[in-house]
Amino acid sequence: MVWQLDIIILTLVIISGIAAITIKDLLGASVLFGAYSFLMCLLWAIMGAVDVAFTEASVGAGVSTVLFVAAVFQTTRRSKD
Amino acid sequence: MKTVAILTVCLCGSLFLFCTMEFPNWGDPAAPASMHLSPYFIQNAEKDAAVPNIVTAVLADYRGYDTMFETAVIFAAGLACFFLLRTFTRKRRNERLFRHIPTGIVLNIKAGGKIPDDPSKFERIDSHWTPNDLIIKTTCRLIIPSIQLFALYVIAHGHHSPGGGFQGGVILGASFILLAISTDLRSTVRRLSERTSAIMASAGVLIYAGTGLLCLLLGSVFLDYGALAPVLRSGSVMARSHGILIVEIGVGLAVMAVMIWLYYNISSAGKHDEGL
Amino acid sequence: MMNDLITMIAAKYNYWAFIVLMMIGLYAMIVKKNLVKKIIGMNIFQTSIILFYISVGAKESATIPIIAHGHQEGVIQATAYINPLPHVLMLTAIVVSVATLGVALALAIRVYNQYRTLEEDDIQSQINQI
Repeated sequence: MVWQLDIIILTLVIISGIAAITIKDLLGASVLFGAYSFLMCLLWAIMGAVDVAFTEASVGAGVSTVLFVAAVFQTTRRSKD
Repeated sequence: MKTVAILTVCLCGSLFLFCTMEFPNWGDPAAPASMHLSPYFIQNAEKDAAVPNIVTAVLADYRGYDTMFETAVIFAAGLACFFLLRTFTRKRRNERLFRHIPTGIVLNIKAGGKIPDDPSKFERIDSHWTPNDLIIKTTCRLIIPSIQLFALYVIAHGHHSPGGGFQGGVILGASFILLAISTDLRSTVRRLSERTSAIMASAGVLIYAGTGLLCLLLGSVFLDYGALAPVLRSGSVMARSHGILIVEIGVGLAVMAVMIWLYYNISSAGKHDEGL
Repeated sequence: MMNDLITMIAAKYNYWAFIVLMMIGLYAMIVKKNLVKKIIGMNIFQTSIILFYISVGAKESATIPIIAHGHQEGVIQATAYINPLPHVLMLTAIVVSVATLGVALALAIRVYNQYRTLEEDDIQSQINQI
């Protein structure tokens, strides 16, 4: 495995994780969470866990994000913190 | 509150950081986690079950109980979501919108008003309707069959490549969710009703448990697919391979149906009327 | 001394990243008042634990746990393949995480329908008024 790539993706994962919980717009937070999931899936693919990466790409980045967007659509987009 | 939380987080984090000093190095082949059980799986998976993908073999054969109850957990989650959200009140919406297709005029019909009866000229639309985009419609029409075909490939080819029931089921469910997003919720519910998805979810769990029960009836232990050899007309090793496929199909069916069910309930808050 | 430090960092930085992510999730679950934010924090916590398990299973200079076609009757070296057991455990954990996410979001929608807000302190003040 390439450690430079690993460090870059780890940094991006942490940045998108922090961004997903700090951003005030809930729709933006859901989309950032999707990006977080997809970066996580890349990380697992690098580590050789192909099955787990495949599952995360379809579940975390696909269906979870859709469910979040649907829930935000049914409730509200605004958040105080 | 905030300072307490930051203090807790810092304390926990430093405790964990301190504990990592005791860990084996990253990627150490002699780490304790890789010494005890996993060499057996790696060396015997292909010999025992004729499945090159060790993850699939362990998932559906060696740890079959675990996966069976995971499927049951997913089914229970779909059921919980249904009971939490679904509303069956026959209370009509106060106003319904119908669009006259040739002219594009939208009629707002109040409660008790006469509903246009010619479906070729009038279509019912959501309150936040956007004009149908030709690009989105055409792309989805082209891409949804490919997604479904790929999902079936993922389920069937899980023995030899990454994939299996969970992934294939989620992709199949995602294709229906894409259909619901690109058109509207009502037409998707007409195509695959809630009743069908509930039946499919229970059928998936039933296929899994039924395979285990069949093994029991054929004189072996629960979920030992080697006992299916006389039924499948193959050797004991190939019977295990085929048993894994049957079980993966059950898992895929259950996961697909539950994903669609969850989406129906969450996107319309249980009303199945107007959705995302 | 310097070399020791570098080898230690190279051997442990994955675990540190997982701890940072876990603490982000924990912080979000404690501090954030919004229910959807709490759910996002819970999911970050879950994925960080999955990352930890996958890190435990990784092996240097080993390949993915799929036995190559055409390998003949030789002995399969366990060190040549990554440990598949954490992958199996985590694969099911991911699918269960989406199931729990669905139930959590359903509860959030129910709460919103009842109180017309997702903020925890607003809900608390509405409960106190009754």
